[in-house]
Amino acid sequence: MEEMKVRLEAVYKAINRLKKLDQTSEIKEEISRFQDVAEKLEIQISSQLEAWDKVQLARMIERPRARFYIDKICDEFIELHGDRFYADDQAIIGGVGSIEGKVVTIIAQSRGMTAKENMQMNFGMPHPEGYHKALRLMKQAEKFQRPVICLIDTPGAYCGIGAEERGQGAAIARNLFEMSTIKVPIISGVIGEGGSGGALALSIADKIFMQENAVYSILSPEGFASILWKDSGRAKEAANKMKLTAQDLLKYGIIDDVLLEPLGGAQKSPDATADSVKQYLIAQLDTLATINIEKLVQMRYERFRKIGMCL
Amino acid sequence: MKLKGLIKRKYAVTTKGNKKREVPEGIYVQCPKCKKSIYRPELKKTLGICPHCQYYYPLSARGRLGMIVDKNSFEEMDSDLKSSNPLEFEGYEEKLEKYKEKTKQNEAVLTGKATIEGQEVIIAIMDSGFMMGSMGQVVGEKIARAIERATLDKIPLIIFTASGGARMQEGIFSLMQMAKTSAALAKHDANGLLYISVLTDPTTGGVTASFATLGDIILAEPGALVGFAGPRVIEQTIKQKLPEGFQRAEFLMEKGQIDAIVKREEMRQTLAAILRLHQKKEVR
Repeated sequence: MEEMKVRLEAVYKAINRLKKLDQTSEIKEEISRFQDVAEKLEIQISSQLEAWDKVQLARMIERPRARFYIDKICDEFIELHGDRFYADDQAIIGGVGSIEGKVVTIIAQSRGMTAKENMQMNFGMPHPEGYHKALRLMKQAEKFQRPVICLIDTPGAYCGIGAEERGQGAAIARNLFEMSTIKVPIISGVIGEGGSGGALALSIADKIFMQENAVYSILSPEGFASILWKDSGRAKEAANKMKLTAQDLLKYGIIDDVLLEPLGGAQKSPDATADSVKQYLIAQLDTLATINIEKLVQMRYERFRKIGMCL
Repeated sequence: MKLKGLIKRKYAVTTKGNKKREVPEGIYVQCPKCKKSIYRPELKKTLGICPHCQYYYPLSARGRLGMIVDKNSFEEMDSDLKSSNPLEFEGYEEKLEKYKEKTKQNEAVLTGKATIEGQEVIIAIMDSGFMMGSMGQVVGEKIARAIERATLDKIPLIIFTASGGARMQEGIFSLMQMAKTSAALAKHDANGLLYISVLTDPTTGGVTASFATLGDIILAEPGALVGFAGPRVIEQTIKQKLPEGFQRAEFLMEKGQIDAIVKREEMRQTLAAILRLHQKKEVR
């Protein structure tokens, strides 16, 4: 695996060198030959990615994040701020927009693509007010009868003094409780890291998707290793054990669909990735719109009810 | 020296290094908080409360049940459910067996139907002595079934929580129990039924972030530690010491997170009173 990555890097370097030369027909031919090799290597590498490699891809700073998708997917989007009680949590973006004319409420955990943005967004770790804002906007969506789309991307809900004082646990619980009966279709998708209760709090949905290299788990692999083995250094081993990849979770029926990413990950071709998310959402919105809402809410209940029932 | 050791082993055992244990063996026990000796039969009489400093010993689910419900009124539910090992986590089955042996329970929660001063309820009591009261598939399933039974029978529900959170060994399947139990509560709620949640020491993680904090009325035992993240994790995250009393029941009360702190000796009568005040009016 490592060897293949080194070779791939060498091939890309060679391509870049060749591109700087005069583009004679021989050189062009040589570039295209190298590109074929690169593609084959990419395919080989992506077919052999371990869970831990996907954790790395999901966390990569270059990976497209919620703000990028919202901009690319929506014809228009108006961001709506604040929980009306305490603050506007920047770790969760919310608002109303339209996707090819379909009006939706979008609620998304937001991470930055620079260090500064990340500080502002608290690395995508919401406080209780973020969950309160999300719930406020979901209730608003219910009132105006528009579907809700949640994009999940968080290492987990924030652990801190203020978060505890203002009831982090209760905020998450309230979202689980309320989302289970909200009478509009809900689609949730993990676009990066889906960490713990902090991710679940936006994931009580009728359709749940994950991008190919996204991960979704009970806790970060570091936290898991630290609790079970008292050694956060064994995170890689934990990741490979935890069944946190999209492929594993699809197999267990925890999620419904896996959206493929470009070879090497979403960051290699963000526009194409955004388009695949957009096409998926349009198709799902159409399908969900045909189902009677009472029936949809009952199906939503049963999807979670049956997990861990076969005993 | 030898004699001293012998006597110590035979007649007095401290709780040192074994803090979790409920009312330990031996005639005298040492309180883990004030370190004073307590005469063991005395501890039974005080409902597991240290007579010197009011420290609350954790109770087993059955021990607590006896303090709350009417004698001979309890009908247990789902005592036969068994956990699977979905992550094929090494040593997990053995660990479960060990705790089953130790606690004589099938899992970290005891559920059933009972009466309190003659009033019918569904009651679930978590047991921190069973793998830290962690919630895996069986705990989630037992609680969901208990909630659904309360909804079906149109009666109130009481849950005593005591949990370190979601059970890591069952991975994402444990996480999903938070969704399952919360959704079941939403149905109970939609039927206009009463749910009382009683937080006991400790209640953290996935249990705090699901049914523990969804009560119509939320009570807590004095001094109970209740939070989303455990204090150690918070200290590591923010790299500072936490203030004294942080996340304790008294702190939660001050921050507006719970309805009342109720002493162990007053719990039964308080629950009975709340139930009485929520009795359905007779339809004429």
